[in-house]
Amino acid sequence: MSIGANSVEVEDLVKRFGSFTAVNHVTFQARTGEVFGFLGPNGSGKSTTIRILCGLLQPTSGLARVSGIDVAKNPEVVRKNIGYMSQKFSLYNDLTVVENLRFFAGLYGVEGDRLKQRIAWALRMANLEGRESSRTATLPGGWKQRLALGCAVMHQPSVVFLDEPTSGVDPLSRRQFWELIHQMSGEGVTVFVTTHYMDEAEYCNRLALMYRGKLVAFATPSELKRTSMKGDLILLECESLGRAIQLIREIDEVREAAVFGNALHLVMKESSAPIAPLRVHLEAHGIHVTRLEKIRPSLEDAFVALTGHAPEPAAESA
Amino acid sequence: MPNDAIQVRGLSKRFGDLVAVDDLNLEVSAGEIFGLVGPDGAGKTAVLRMMAGIMSADAGAITIAGCDVIRHPEAVKFQISYMPQRFGLYEDLTVDENIRFYADVFRINRQQREQRSVELLRSCEMEDFRQRLAGKLSGGMKQKLGLVCALIHTPKVLLLDEPTNGVDPISRREFWAMLYALAEQGVTILSSTAYLDEAERCNRVALMDRGRLLLCDTPSRLKALIPGAVVAITSPQAREIRDRLSGSEGVSGVVLVGDAVHLFVDDAPRRVPEFRGTLDQEGFSYVEIAQVQPTMEDLFVRTVAGRELAATP
Repeated sequence: MSIGANSVEVEDLVKRFGSFTAVNHVTFQARTGEVFGFLGPNGSGKSTTIRILCGLLQPTSGLARVSGIDVAKNPEVVRKNIGYMSQKFSLYNDLTVVENLRFFAGLYGVEGDRLKQRIAWALRMANLEGRESSRTATLPGGWKQRLALGCAVMHQPSVVFLDEPTSGVDPLSRRQFWELIHQMSGEGVTVFVTTHYMDEAEYCNRLALMYRGKLVAFATPSELKRTSMKGDLILLECESLGRAIQLIREIDEVREAAVFGNALHLVMKESSAPIAPLRVHLEAHGIHVTRLEKIRPSLEDAFVALTGHAPEPAAESA
Repeated sequence: MPNDAIQVRGLSKRFGDLVAVDDLNLEVSAGEIFGLVGPDGAGKTAVLRMMAGIMSADAGAITIAGCDVIRHPEAVKFQISYMPQRFGLYEDLTVDENIRFYADVFRINRQQREQRSVELLRSCEMEDFRQRLAGKLSGGMKQKLGLVCALIHTPKVLLLDEPTNGVDPISRREFWAMLYALAEQGVTILSSTAYLDEAERCNRVALMDRGRLLLCDTPSRLKALIPGAVVAITSPQAREIRDRLSGSEGVSGVVLVGDAVHLFVDDAPRRVPEFRGTLDQEGFSYVEIAQVQPTMEDLFVRTVAGRELAATP
């Protein structure tokens, strides 16, 4: 398959559990060698979609292809060609680093010289050289995470699915991990990754955003930031934020207001709406405004704009 | 200071050979949101457990809301609430039943409980879910229910251990809105986090590494500690640009932040045109080159990364 072709294709995909539609007519493609971010609130249908793509769940209707293979028709073939890593890492804590690598390689029939090469490669990639015989339980979280990634790709899959791989891992380890992701993508592996952390989503080439089973956005991070906010985003720094937010919500031109650090982020209903009246309103109620300016939306702002208005559905199935 | 809701003096804890907490000193004022930030193994959880009176200290003193936690760990429990990473919700009980359980533990009478739970559930938009089993709530809602249970006895001090791990951005925002509302009511909040954008949301932040407090101040004053200036180059080729400019003259460090690379430089007005020249000449594409305010992530990487690399694992 050539670079630039699609290695994950989803067309009009539907998955129902009883009367609940977890995945509702979803269409997107991930290109070979790209880092594809798959985002959405808890219960938006992300995990269901990933399970279908990994050949673990049958879709109700629609088409899902991974590396050109129809997942519903040939789930076993698909499973041989993909790697999967979840936030739980699923490593054997009682085994050593090398034993874990060997175990996962064995599952995929990697043996002989190739096994030796892959182990050497994985140890180097995960920066675990010298720790071959360490018991996995004794490794810090970030190391386990890199080992889990090594295990997931022992068989050199062309597509790897990472389901919240960095949840609860410290900032430095997360940085190292994202370096690995980009290294793999540089070698032509398609990396399909879910995360709740928008600074990480920024590292993806393209993003698909799910909400209540539907695909609500599919674009690059910068496109999303540019297009998803209908009105301007305003940064407001002032005293007593709690009271200020109440007062701000009384103003018609403001679509929404949220606390952000020691400041408020406001979304105006329209772009280029005048912001001076906000200051006047607050000062009239005795709240001193120290900063009021238009800012560029972050990816988190875009995410919230696309998904945040309705109350959260109480999902039973993710 | 009489206004301190939390006062920690010379706190130390060892596990065998490992010094988990090493001579820690800090004060948190009433109504403050205080962030405890650091990599895995920094000692954040141990500090929180000792503050909550559920782990003994080897040395030092902790005073919370006027209670001596070391001497009277039981007395402090009515003043504080501690939410560990896995808060004990009963999945086969409903939202209401979970709340009732915690109310009973803290000997809250029925009338107070009813009033307080209505108020709390409303503040987190969960009134319609009172009869739902906790096990059937989404991750973000479980987190909010945990907070409701933790607040049922109206504690003066709230201790949170990485409360938003695995929670989506919308639920995180709602969770933080609740924290701000509590702080405005005078509740003191100390929260550990591994996420630096959350540290930006705190009034003050303590940076911990390997049991020690490295830095402690407001996010803006902490960020002002970074020497020189930070130049951000926003580009779809941020990684390539980082590799190209890393080690250039006047550049003491590089950090990827989202779709930009941050360069720590000696002199921004001088280096910005130089960078522009290099990138234009070599055909890199970029959206913007500008001096920016440093982020907590910049600070963290600068402060902790050097220590990390020097250490043998």
